[in-house]
Amino acid sequence: MATLELRNVNKTYGSGLPDTLKNIELKIDSGEFLILVGPSGCGKSTLMNCIAGLEQISGGAILVDDADISGMSPKDRDIAMVFQSYALYPTMNVRENIAFGLKIRKMPAAAIEEEVARVSRLLQIEHLLNRKPGQLSGGQQQRVAMGRALARRPKIYLFDEPLSNLDAKLRVEMRTEIKLMHQRLKTTTVYVTHDQIEAMTLGDKVAVMKDGLIQQFGTPQQIYNDPANLFVASFIGSPPMNFIPLRLQRKDSRLLALLDSGQARCELPMGIDDAGLEEREVILGIRPEQVCLAPEQPNGLPSIRAEVQVIEPTGPDTLVFVNLNGSKVCCRLAPDCPVQVGDNLNLQFDPARVLLFDAVSGERLGVVGNPQAHAPKDNVAQFKGR
Amino acid sequence: MTKPLASRGFSLGRLAIYGTLLLACAVYLIPLIVMLLTSFKSPEDIRTGNLLSWPEVITGIGWIKAWDTVGGYFWNSVKITVPAVVVSTLLGALNGYVLSMWRFRGSQLFFGLLLFGCFLPFQTVLLPASFTLGKLGLASTTTGLVLVHIVYGLAFTTLFFRNYYTSVPDALVRAARLDGAGFFTIFGRILLPMSVPIIMVCLIWQFTQIWNDFLFGVVFASGDAQPITVALNNLVNTSTGVKEYNVDMAAAMIAGLPTLLVYVMAGKYFLRGLTAGAVKG
Repeated sequence: MATLELRNVNKTYGSGLPDTLKNIELKIDSGEFLILVGPSGCGKSTLMNCIAGLEQISGGAILVDDADISGMSPKDRDIAMVFQSYALYPTMNVRENIAFGLKIRKMPAAAIEEEVARVSRLLQIEHLLNRKPGQLSGGQQQRVAMGRALARRPKIYLFDEPLSNLDAKLRVEMRTEIKLMHQRLKTTTVYVTHDQIEAMTLGDKVAVMKDGLIQQFGTPQQIYNDPANLFVASFIGSPPMNFIPLRLQRKDSRLLALLDSGQARCELPMGIDDAGLEEREVILGIRPEQVCLAPEQPNGLPSIRAEVQVIEPTGPDTLVFVNLNGSKVCCRLAPDCPVQVGDNLNLQFDPARVLLFDAVSGERLGVVGNPQAHAPKDNVAQFKGR
Repeated sequence: MTKPLASRGFSLGRLAIYGTLLLACAVYLIPLIVMLLTSFKSPEDIRTGNLLSWPEVITGIGWIKAWDTVGGYFWNSVKITVPAVVVSTLLGALNGYVLSMWRFRGSQLFFGLLLFGCFLPFQTVLLPASFTLGKLGLASTTTGLVLVHIVYGLAFTTLFFRNYYTSVPDALVRAARLDGAGFFTIFGRILLPMSVPIIMVCLIWQFTQIWNDFLFGVVFASGDAQPITVALNNLVNTSTGVKEYNVDMAAAMIAGLPTLLVYVMAGKYFLRGLTAGAVKG
């Protein structure tokens, strides 16, 4: 049980090279589950290695329980880590793997025996104790790797993409199990992943990273509903958020977004009224589940007729793709919705839920309380064309 | 195997293949057969019979005489080879561990230069080595010869271990560091136990190199401390008296047997190590 705080952490692999981590600032409370998420190469694994002490930071401080640990060697930090490749010692059996760290720390044999028993009971690997890692399945190896981390009862657990080597079904199972484990043990945890579903489901706090910068730090709900910029909005969510580049128009001193499906037009009133906004290129962001079928009776919300181009039934939902302003827009409809390709659907949006981004800087526009309080000033995420 | 040959595609081509293989076998085996046969013949038998004829009387006199002459040198070779093989293998393992897991600034260049040692012919190091041994006060000693073998072998053993360890995921080392293990604990407890196959490769390679070495032996050892290869040469190349081919052949067999034994024994462990070490993710 410990708090973890990163103060202005920087990491560079040498002058002239671009910084791998830039001014990382975040703080989590004791027992919280922090997710570091981002595309590969964003620095999330480097940040984790820095917390573990496997790599030295170039600037800033890492504090555990308000004590700076950034100068300590890994073994003195009281941090355990689960690796993506599990990194089980191949010549030792499961029991020896779990006990290794305890033996090195000179724990008495009886206590080690007890600890191995506790951990293996917790993870249900008691029947595997005498096997070598090579004789275990991927899921079992994963459990043993977790057992090795649990046995030391460290202050902080680090997970480095622990589920990415498992098949899809096992991954979902283990995800739930990790969550259950954390609910029971309440140990402060940092979890690196590139999977946004893991990020959403596991985390108390999520830090979305890109290019060594934290793009947004907040709860999963904040990240999902209130993305700080185009990158966060596009990275989190599956199917991803729809983006429609357009130019706002001013009519009767209100800002409007004009949508065009080829056969109908619709005016979407914007909730913001920044001066000069109509001069700029903007991008409209709508989550697929926020596009729905318009009811028979008009309810005052704007709607538009559009032709169905592709249908993807996923089971729980049916994804329908239409064309608005030349962009493909995904709508998440109920699975029993009787749609055919070529049908014309009357779609409806809630203008209050529609997000607006600056097309050049990618910044979110018209946000009242800026949710990215932790992000540095020069945080400019470029929206990559999809 | 019960099917007649013809139905399994017996053809002229197949005949040619087996013929060539048999011929190749013969090329390699006939010298050994000649050596063995000759070593058990009496001197009269050698003079009268032909090379491949069966000995009229099988006699161990050649072997006894050979052992009397080169037996002492055989133990010299053991005393040179065993420490040199063990130390060069261990140091090579340590070097490989550092060069693959604890890379430092310039470690690639260091490894490159070390590799250069693999291409250095024996002859080029003779003078510098004897100069160094002289400075160290180890000239004409067994220790000195062992030292030369260790240093010369390091390039190869380091190469073997370094390449083996680069295929070991560094997550293993990082996990062990987080578990609290230090530099030597990680080496001794995690990496060395995984290294059985490459240790066997190293042992076979180094043993063969050092046991069969003649040049270093003849230059850096003197008199009674010379290895068996030098003793064998001295025995075979004596120009006085009657040539005792049976003794020559037996001595050559004695000199060659240990490497053969190492291949037979370590080769088995080598294969076992390869299959037992298989770790799948």
